[in-house]
Amino acid sequence: MLDIVNLHAGIDDGTAIRPILHGLDLSVKAGEVHAVMGPNGSGKSTLAQLLAGRDSYRVTAGSVQYLGRNLLELPPEERARAGIFLAFQYPVEIPGVANIYLLKAAVNAVRTHRGEAELDAIDILALVRDKLKFMGMDEALLYRAVNQGFSGGEKKRNEILQMALLEPKLAILDETDSGLDIDALKIVADGIAAMRSPQRAIILVTHYQRLLDYIVPDRVHVLAQGRIALSGGPELAQELERRGYGWVDTASATRVGATA
Amino acid sequence: MTTAELRLEDLIGRDYRQGFFTTLETDTVRRGLDEDVVRLISAKKNEPAFMCEWRLKAFRHWLTLAEPRWSSVTHPPIDYQAISYYSAPKSRKDGPQSLADVDPELLRTYEKLGVPLQERALLAGVAVDAVFDSVSVATTFKDKLAELGIVFCSFSEAVQEHPDLVRQYLGSVVPYTDNYFAALNSAVFSDGSFCYIPPGLRCPMELSTYFRINAMNTGQFERTLIVADRGSYVSYLEGCTAPMRDENQLHAAVVELVALDDAQIKYATVQNWYPGDKDGKGGIYNFVTKRGDCRGANSRISWTQVETGSAITWKYPSVILQGDDSVGEFRSVALTNHYQQADTGTKMIHLGRNTKSTIISKGIAAGHGHNAYRGLVRVARSAYGARNYTQCDSLLLGDTCAAHTFPYIEVKNPSARVEHEATTSRIGEDQLFYCQSRGLTPEDAVSMIVNGFCKDVFKELPMEFAVEAQKLLGVSLEGSIG
Ligand SMILES: Nc1ncnc2c1ncn2[C@@H]1O[C@H](COP(=O)(O)OP(=O)(O)O)[C@@H](O)[C@H]1O
Ligand SMILES: [Mg+2]
Repeated sequence: MLDIVNLHAGIDDGTAIRPILHGLDLSVKAGEVHAVMGPNGSGKSTLAQLLAGRDSYRVTAGSVQYLGRNLLELPPEERARAGIFLAFQYPVEIPGVANIYLLKAAVNAVRTHRGEAELDAIDILALVRDKLKFMGMDEALLYRAVNQGFSGGEKKRNEILQMALLEPKLAILDETDSGLDIDALKIVADGIAAMRSPQRAIILVTHYQRLLDYIVPDRVHVLAQGRIALSGGPELAQELERRGYGWVDTASATRVGATA
Repeated sequence: MTTAELRLEDLIGRDYRQGFFTTLETDTVRRGLDEDVVRLISAKKNEPAFMCEWRLKAFRHWLTLAEPRWSSVTHPPIDYQAISYYSAPKSRKDGPQSLADVDPELLRTYEKLGVPLQERALLAGVAVDAVFDSVSVATTFKDKLAELGIVFCSFSEAVQEHPDLVRQYLGSVVPYTDNYFAALNSAVFSDGSFCYIPPGLRCPMELSTYFRINAMNTGQFERTLIVADRGSYVSYLEGCTAPMRDENQLHAAVVELVALDDAQIKYATVQNWYPGDKDGKGGIYNFVTKRGDCRGANSRISWTQVETGSAITWKYPSVILQGDDSVGEFRSVALTNHYQQADTGTKMIHLGRNTKSTIISKGIAAGHGHNAYRGLVRVARSAYGARNYTQCDSLLLGDTCAAHTFPYIEVKNPSARVEHEATTSRIGEDQLFYCQSRGLTPEDAVSMIVNGFCKDVFKELPMEFAVEAQKLLGVSLEGSIG
């Protein structure tokens, strides 16, 4: 579904491009769940936002194929319509725009793209109510301005609510588990787990093993210094939990050494 | 590198697609202004002596005034002697001969705004008979209204047919001494609308369709007078969302509203004149004096405006709350893009007891636009129990635009309660990206955010107008902002 090859990218600060990713390779197939871990500042959000199309991140080399197409050619809204969803690490507030309104616009943008009829306010509401309950969210949040004055947990749940409604093919969740208490984490994790399906790929960006206790990933990758330093099965996450990221450098060095 | 490079600057930097220039031949009086020109205007309009006298007094007063300098707008000096102050109704023969000759971009705009076919031709200045359809519709309306005793006609007609009403109310809200532009307007005003609703009558229709058509020929010094007699009600819609053809750079209109006991006037405006190009060249200067007088007890006047056009807008629709328990309302959306400047707001003058006023101002600035809210709330010593609530929000798109708020509050009665809230927010790249990542185009995202911001004002517009206003912002955002 997603093939990233030798990706070099950086942030465009207006005058120059400051490199962040240095030759990243990642391949994700439909039905798989991949966890991407790594220390702060290693480039996880850069990767996530770049895949969603944020244009302040510039690709300087490498390629990204999504469902056989060059993903990098598409503007963000076309990526979304083609089934890519990013749950933001820091969901954005939009004053004056009711949450339900954005949900409706988003669902209909995707439906129109798929050649399906648009849903009216009543259909949307019926659809949303169902998911809302599952996410343990108060209906009042639908009528508040998008993310404005939402607690950290409410924001993260709202992201998962959007994902549930949009039914993406590739979901990228950027630290959706950060800042949640145990109860909220369980709800969010259940929400994500419910989305797991043979047709869908999920990339979980996380720092913590605890989310992976609920959603056991097929693959775990450690991002360090702008590339995948180490990959493994679910046990890699547990090892990281025990040893911390400091261990990755030596581990990757020895593994690279071993295979050389 | 990617095609996903549509930045906010690109989005708001697009051209106004609605502007167009064609010069029409007109029967114009020589340029410049003196007493002879004022007399000539009055004579050409066959006005009674009192009108001519009034115009001359206004002119003499104007000579003693200097152009106001206190607002935040700047423009090159206006040469008042270079303007012709009288044009006969314009000949259509030099305009486009059919819709096929009209700028297709303009037609596309009309289509997007849902302007009816026959009106498109009219607005684009096409010399076709389609106009007559609309005019006859207007005449039918007028006859129906006349049966009820409602007077609704052009100002010139009112001067001829109802001189006593005109004489009684003209200048009673905005005297010619009020300000520079009001004095100028009083001296030379060309035409406008007049409306009188008799006691106890609820005007059964929005006075809009007729006005739209009527407004075509009112020229640059327009004058409107609306009188709602005791217990009557009228809702009045001025302007239209479609850009109108206009070669006059300076517009100085005056609108006077009078509400007697228990009467209510709702006045809504949508203004979309040519704002100038993206370098700030051309565009209309719109210096308007609009004021309502809640003269009777328990009367109510509300102004609702959506301003997206003009290079410079200078406009403060106000309410004088004389009658006890009277209510004044002002709701405004003002959008400035490119080098547009708007200095707009309101004045609420509380004189009567238990008078209430509400002010909701939404300023949107993009490009190099400057948007200032200037509002005065004055509570006189006599205004026991007066209340005002002001909410003043600014939305910025990009970082080269500016918004300012100048609230003036003068309270002479300690029992008054005056509340003021103000916010400024910015549509950021992060908000656009967030919406885009949910499948919305940048245009739809900006439109959604801006419409959300304007919700409190739009919901006060008559339904049909509200839909138009939303479309207008959509189109303006696409055409001028995004
Ligand atoms: N918008 C930005 N402006 C400047 N630097 C940035 C920006 N985004 C990311 N960076 C830098 O890029 C590096 C990677 O950041 P990020 O992708 O957010 O890491 P992570 O999500 O793994 O914590 C960091 O050094 C960070 O400071
Ligand atoms: Mg991050």
